[in-house]
Amino acid sequence: MTGPAVLIERVSKSYGAVRALIDVSVDVPRGACVALVGESGSGKTTLLRCINRLVSFDAGRIAVFGTNVLESEPVALRRAIGYVPQDGGLLPHWRVRRNVALVPWLDGARDAPARADRAMAAVGLEPAMAERWPHELSGGQQQRAAVARAVAGGQSLVLLDEPFGALDAIARSDLQAMMLELRERSSLTLVLVTHDLHEAFRLATAVVVMRAGRVEQHGPPAAIRGSPATPYVSALLARAGIEAA
Amino acid sequence: MRPPAALLCAAILLPNGAMPPPPPAARPARAQASRRPVVVASKPFGESFLLAEMFAQLLESRGIPVERRPGLGATEVAMAALQSGAIDVYPEYTGTGLLAVLHAAPMHDAAAVFDTVQRAFEQQWGIRWLPPLGFENTYAIAVRAGTAGRYGLRTLSDLARVAPEFTAGFTPDFIGRADGLPGLAHAYHLHFGSVHPLSQALKYRAIAAGKVDVVDGYSTDGSIARYGLVVLTDDRHFFPPYQAAALVGARLQRDDPAAVTVLTELSGRLSAPVMRALNQRVEIGGEPVAAVASSALQSLGLTKEQGPAAAAPAAARVSFGAYLWQRRAALWTDTLRHLLLVAVPLAAGMLAGVPLALWLERRRKAAEPVIRAVGVLQTIPSIALLAIMIPLLGVGVWPALVALWLYSLYPIVRATFTAVRDADPAAVAAGRALGMTPGQILRWVRTPLAAPGIMAGIRTAAVIDVGTATLAAFIGAGGLGEPIATGLALNDTRLILSGAVPAAVLALLVDALLAAVEWWTTPEPLRAAARERSRDR
Repeated sequence: MTGPAVLIERVSKSYGAVRALIDVSVDVPRGACVALVGESGSGKTTLLRCINRLVSFDAGRIAVFGTNVLESEPVALRRAIGYVPQDGGLLPHWRVRRNVALVPWLDGARDAPARADRAMAAVGLEPAMAERWPHELSGGQQQRAAVARAVAGGQSLVLLDEPFGALDAIARSDLQAMMLELRERSSLTLVLVTHDLHEAFRLATAVVVMRAGRVEQHGPPAAIRGSPATPYVSALLARAGIEAA
Repeated sequence: MRPPAALLCAAILLPNGAMPPPPPAARPARAQASRRPVVVASKPFGESFLLAEMFAQLLESRGIPVERRPGLGATEVAMAALQSGAIDVYPEYTGTGLLAVLHAAPMHDAAAVFDTVQRAFEQQWGIRWLPPLGFENTYAIAVRAGTAGRYGLRTLSDLARVAPEFTAGFTPDFIGRADGLPGLAHAYHLHFGSVHPLSQALKYRAIAAGKVDVVDGYSTDGSIARYGLVVLTDDRHFFPPYQAAALVGARLQRDDPAAVTVLTELSGRLSAPVMRALNQRVEIGGEPVAAVASSALQSLGLTKEQGPAAAAPAAARVSFGAYLWQRRAALWTDTLRHLLLVAVPLAAGMLAGVPLALWLERRRKAAEPVIRAVGVLQTIPSIALLAIMIPLLGVGVWPALVALWLYSLYPIVRATFTAVRDADPAAVAAGRALGMTPGQILRWVRTPLAAPGIMAGIRTAAVIDVGTATLAAFIGAGGLGEPIATGLALNDTRLILSGAVPAAVLALLVDALLAAVEWWTTPEPLRAAARERSRDR
């Protein structure tokens, strides 16, 4: 089993008359971090949500670790894949440990709290945080907890939807460093949606530039930076203040 | 267990085990112990209370057991109860039967009116008008003596000239019924500057205080003399004869003809002056209804022995606190009944409303139509909803429980649905993305986050129920509404307060109790927010 972690083939999705995804094909190798970048409305979040069937696509095929997602039961599929929303999405009425333990607890694991503690350690959250309420944590700590929750069930694939977009620059940088380290150590495969090209270039092994539901360019950061495929990509880079290498 | 035992006794005592033929009049007291009590009811005003109490004491003096249901809502409630057999007898007036029940054209001959209602009630519902009691109590339109003098008012035709300058205070019953204001306005081209619906007791205070200029009353009403009012002559003879009589339901005629015979003993015995004097003793003298009824029956020679109630003197003027203490037994019973009238419908409302709302949250398309349909129940006036229940459930506590339950549904369903639907969208989305099933999201995310909103709905329903339950007295359900309704009918402020004050205290206590429950059910991190909200409120 050495196929890609996620294989997206010619996926299309429309919301009424609006075509959100048009014939999109992307592959995410195991251990990779693929960043989906583009402006609002480019379809990057819709594509991310097709992977764990939060969004049902109209045509095409998506396989996760070789299995067609349409053949998986959606709830089981989502539990097998980690997910980090932009705002953390911690349950405000649960203490941090219980939040982090969510997926193992749903799966009935007896050692769910212990797994939560290990996941918290892996994302650099002090043990004292476990007994806190989410609102008592800083924004950065909340996102660390959200990442811990996404991996506490032993998931090897994690989807991140603008995970650090709402944080200040210092916290964002800290979290990015943590993610790099975590991916390395835990051999995670990540699919990251971001509008921040700097973040994409720092974290990703491959970048997918999307525009109006289509893939504009797909390649390693260096290739995108070195030879933008279209004027649109060049403009996007220029706007982010990234010089063509 | 009592009826079979008594039947057995009768069978042993009688030769051949034959049942005795019903004796013509009074039967000995002991033989009556097994029979169903005669349910004696009244409408909510003093004279009706008094007549019903006289019916009841007369029956009791002949050894016939009685159950009292005084103060039933209005004509519609009392008639519905009589038709359904929930009550057996209540005092009514022929004119009311003709116009308000039969909706027939007005007639002016007393005998013709009696014949008409007697025949129609018998045919339609098997209800019998016993021979009239002997007095008429017609509507009377009254003004202050000063007003009459200043404007030269003697008749209703005189009143029609100046009516546009006048403010009227009429009972809601009078404003609504065909033989009341609508018909009167038509007959005399009478148009008042404004008309306020006022209860029987408030009306007189309002006219005495100069807040209204014209009121409706009854010709045997004790209050007309008390407040120095002048009754205007019905010079066009609009008001039909209102002869008072006992109205007897079909069941009592069939099952207990002896009781009916006893009731006829009052026929023709009460003249208008006698009745007015009795009404004054109750409404102005403040004597207990039971005592006045008892002494009236004795002076008519219908009862001999001194009833225990007759010995009771008119309530001495004591402080309100001492008055409440004197009434503590009744107050305790009324309060317990009131709590029952609040707790049971509220619990049933929660058991039905919360699951319904949670179900609707999963079927959003059905939600709005269903919640609106539940909301329509809320728009039915309380007394009408209570009246609707009577043919289905009779009078007493059951129709009240069902009606109050229906009232509690809408606030609970609406608040629960809204709170659950709008529960922290980020938390709900995260739960779904991480693999919670819809049921798990409802159980672990939406419902706990919605707890404060759900409790707010329950508190609203509870306060509505505490208030509306006071109206349940009008269909014989008891509770703290009973002293209020009786006090209003008898113009007894302290009696009104002895129901109203505990009801208000109860509302505060119930709300405080539920506030504590709300605190307890609100997830800890959300409590600070809830505290903020309650401070704003």
